[in-house]
Amino acid sequence: MSATTSLVQSVDWATIAPPTLTALVALGVLVADLFVPAARKQFLGWVSVAGLAAALVLLLPLRAGDRATFCLTPAAQTDSAAQTAACSYTADHFTLVIQLLVLGGALLTALLSLPATREKLPAGEYWFLLLSSAAGAALLPASRDLATLVVALEVASLPAFALVGLKRGDRRSSEAALKFFLSSVTATAVTLLGVSFVYAATGTLHLTEIAARLDEVPRQLQTLAEAGVALTLVGFAFKLAAVPFHFWVPDTYTGAPLPVAAYLSVVGKAVGFTGLILVTVVAFPPYADVWGPALAVLAALTMTAGNVAALRQDPARPGSAVRLLAWSSVAQAGYLLVPIGAAAYSSDEQVGATVAYALMYAVVNLGAFAVVALVARTHPGKRIADHAGLYAASPAAALALAFFLLNLAGLPPGIIGLFAKVTVFSSAVDAGLGWLAVVMGVNVVIGLAYYLRWTALLFRTPQDAIATEPRRAPAPVTLAIVLTAAAGAVLSGYPQFALRFATTALF
Amino acid sequence: MIDISESVMQFLLAFVVVAPLLGAAAALLPAPPGLKGKSPDQAVLRHGVTVTGVILLAAIALAAGFDHDHPSRMQATTDISWIKALDVRIHLGVDGISLPLLVLTALLTFLCALYSYFKMPQGPSPKAFVALLLVLEAGTLATFAVLDLVLFFLAFEMVLVPMYFLIARWGGGGRRAAAGKFILYTLLGSVVMLLGLLLIGIKAGTFDMVALATDNGRGLTTSVQVTAVLAIGLGLAVKTPMWPLHSWLPDAHTAAPTVGSVLLAGVLLKMGTYGFVRIALPIAPEGMHTLAPYLAAFAAAGIVYGSLACLALARPGAKGDLKRLIAYSSVGHMGFVLLGIATLTPTGVNGALFANIAHGLITGLLFFLVGALKDRYGTADLDTLAGATGAALYGRAPRLGALLAFAAVASLGLPGLAGFWGEMLALFAAFDPAEGLNRAAYLVFMALGGLGTLLTAAYLLMVVRRVCMGGPRPAGEPELADVQPYELAAWTPLVALTVLAGLWPAVLLGLTDPAVQQLLAGGTQ
Repeated sequence: MSATTSLVQSVDWATIAPPTLTALVALGVLVADLFVPAARKQFLGWVSVAGLAAALVLLLPLRAGDRATFCLTPAAQTDSAAQTAACSYTADHFTLVIQLLVLGGALLTALLSLPATREKLPAGEYWFLLLSSAAGAALLPASRDLATLVVALEVASLPAFALVGLKRGDRRSSEAALKFFLSSVTATAVTLLGVSFVYAATGTLHLTEIAARLDEVPRQLQTLAEAGVALTLVGFAFKLAAVPFHFWVPDTYTGAPLPVAAYLSVVGKAVGFTGLILVTVVAFPPYADVWGPALAVLAALTMTAGNVAALRQDPARPGSAVRLLAWSSVAQAGYLLVPIGAAAYSSDEQVGATVAYALMYAVVNLGAFAVVALVARTHPGKRIADHAGLYAASPAAALALAFFLLNLAGLPPGIIGLFAKVTVFSSAVDAGLGWLAVVMGVNVVIGLAYYLRWTALLFRTPQDAIATEPRRAPAPVTLAIVLTAAAGAVLSGYPQFALRFATTALF
Repeated sequence: MIDISESVMQFLLAFVVVAPLLGAAAALLPAPPGLKGKSPDQAVLRHGVTVTGVILLAAIALAAGFDHDHPSRMQATTDISWIKALDVRIHLGVDGISLPLLVLTALLTFLCALYSYFKMPQGPSPKAFVALLLVLEAGTLATFAVLDLVLFFLAFEMVLVPMYFLIARWGGGGRRAAAGKFILYTLLGSVVMLLGLLLIGIKAGTFDMVALATDNGRGLTTSVQVTAVLAIGLGLAVKTPMWPLHSWLPDAHTAAPTVGSVLLAGVLLKMGTYGFVRIALPIAPEGMHTLAPYLAAFAAAGIVYGSLACLALARPGAKGDLKRLIAYSSVGHMGFVLLGIATLTPTGVNGALFANIAHGLITGLLFFLVGALKDRYGTADLDTLAGATGAALYGRAPRLGALLAFAAVASLGLPGLAGFWGEMLALFAAFDPAEGLNRAAYLVFMALGGLGTLLTAAYLLMVVRRVCMGGPRPAGEPELADVQPYELAAWTPLVALTVLAGLWPAVLLGLTDPAVQQLLAGGTQ
């Protein structure tokens, strides 16, 4: 950077390439949709898949994790408290691993959606919305100021409302979208209010600067700052579907097209916990005594509520498979919160456990959704009972689903699921949160009860021979199952790949 | 005994842990051309016998190559880093404590595979059955071979899913509920255990059992040790099972298929007591010292409770199921093991380890015999079996009757058979517990244990009287098949080893004693 202040900011394009490319492909697909004949719409889907894959490849040159752009120039940075220049976009290890998770999750969702867009959903709009949302979600972990953070949160959420309501003529779908929209907008409004309070109290939007200045907030603004901190967390807790902001989840998931539910359960969650990590650990460490206990209690409530509700699902009810996955995703959100809460109590790196857990969860949850999508082609009811005797009908799919479910439960042969849970437990024990560890232990047992019930169902001999002719599985869905199963198996043999993030400094 | 080079020993130990997993994967694949056999079912059952047989041979070779002059030294050790982030290492090794359990596991699994080859339990395809049996074997062998706390937890958990499916798919009446109860109870226990293990690992800075045992708790404060032993002990106590955490056991045993019961009683319960000896005693001695009297009290209560429950089941008109009765007798026998451990003396711990093996042999045999009875009569209900006069097995199937009587007197601790030494040593140690423990309390526990042996003798003799003896049978009753050759093949090793361990206890005690002395004195030299 030159000594004279230049009016034109130099932009490191390679650093921001992954989200930018995703956004560009989104726009390209939207424009191309006008010119592509209806019979060729499938082409748009493959372009989107290729775009996401290319965005993933663009992460590779950044893997050193030392790039940043949109920085404050030294002249503009009046406060000397922060040693390094505050940047709005940082591609550190944390950013990269979350972008990997988000873009990979979007890619798998895209694979799952390919057959659906051919049959039911409007292709052009669908791909545009999915890619836009993914672009926002990929921008979010890189943002290091509150304005970019809120913009990214909105870019990730707004297309999601439309995605949920995209099933034309489906009353449940529009109802789900409305429910999702209203509760999400409220949460975002509250977050914005919180952000404005924090800005008023500290006079900066950059996260690291906020951390430095929160200590020196004048006494009369103390309450304002505290309220700001608390309100900012609400919006992200909503995206993560933490209690008490979880009521939208089951209805939205069941109403939405299946791939969109998978997307929300993984990428939506990633948006939530990434934002929470950024604001708590990076921006608000001086208020750790406020958000630490709050997040710990929230984690305990979230996992308990999610697990108890999942346990009460009636397997014979229509949509019960998606409903169970929805509630279990609420429970898993609780586990994701544990290390963030623990970070307030201990100086060690804790949030890495959340990242490691999220990687595992993304792989196996998308896999589980993929198998459910496969079964839903012959049994549109999406009931858990529809999976009875799946092993007899298609052994590979049944074994894959059993593997995914046992990973979610955290039992061998799902070794990566087990070790991801161990890292979360270990962060709680390390931080001295024994009570939270015990609550989580009880929850793991409750979780096992319903995951195992489903797993056992897969291998039951089918009483009424499933008369329906097994339709040929569409290639993209098969590919998604194979990819997730392979990723799960590799991680189980070499857990270090995911767990390394649990101990290294991510920021 | 035989000089085998260290690298071969390392390979053998790694082989017995990994080979069952490979065998399980192979069992799910279609049989290769030359090995198709008469039918796919027969081929896969034969595959099970072959794999478990090879593993048994490897385990025997391991025992032969083991340096019997230094049983307290960890041998055949492998130590590879696996997950750096959690500091988890693939650390394997055997010493005088784990070697007998390894061989026992390999033996019982082989006998079970052999038995199922001829007598496959009712249920779905044997393919999955063999695969699950092998995964179960891998998990139990790994539990006894690993020397890393997190890996121990992994191995401990590995047996849950296969055992669940063995009960839920191939079991008898009420199997689903029993299997669910089994897995939820044990998982709750093992999650609590995990918290204790993590506490130790985080406070001491390592998960390595050898390093922690050498440290002998010096790096841990007393409060950490007490908390850790409480958490770990709860998990192990559920598995053992210790009264009053035993209620999953009778249901699981009653519902499980014969081989499931044999492995559950013979091997899985040992994982709990092994954990006490391997982890709680050397790694957190102060915590163990604080909690030992409570453990002993629960153990003594378990001895009396188990035998009283059995007495109630053995009464005429009580509708007692024989499998349930033996399950309750396991609660009593494991009580002796826990009492031995809780004395914190070399005598007691040696007795506990001896009783562990003896219980595996004798109860394994008993479950085989009762399973055979159930196959013949279609029920294990004692009242239906015995009727008003007694089942008169001596007359109708003399060999089966004689074997049952043999197993029963071995179980009640007749001197000269394996059951005697362990319980005698445990009671003997309770007479003179480790320094600092309340001797008066232990004397009471000893007296309770003694009462337990009397009650045990009472109910086992009652069972023998009602099943083996009896008046003349009504005419026209169908013939009862006596012991079949395959049954004889599966049971003879157990009978022989019961006699051997009873007449020559030094075989086992010579292995365990040096290792126990060292564990109690503070780790490896």
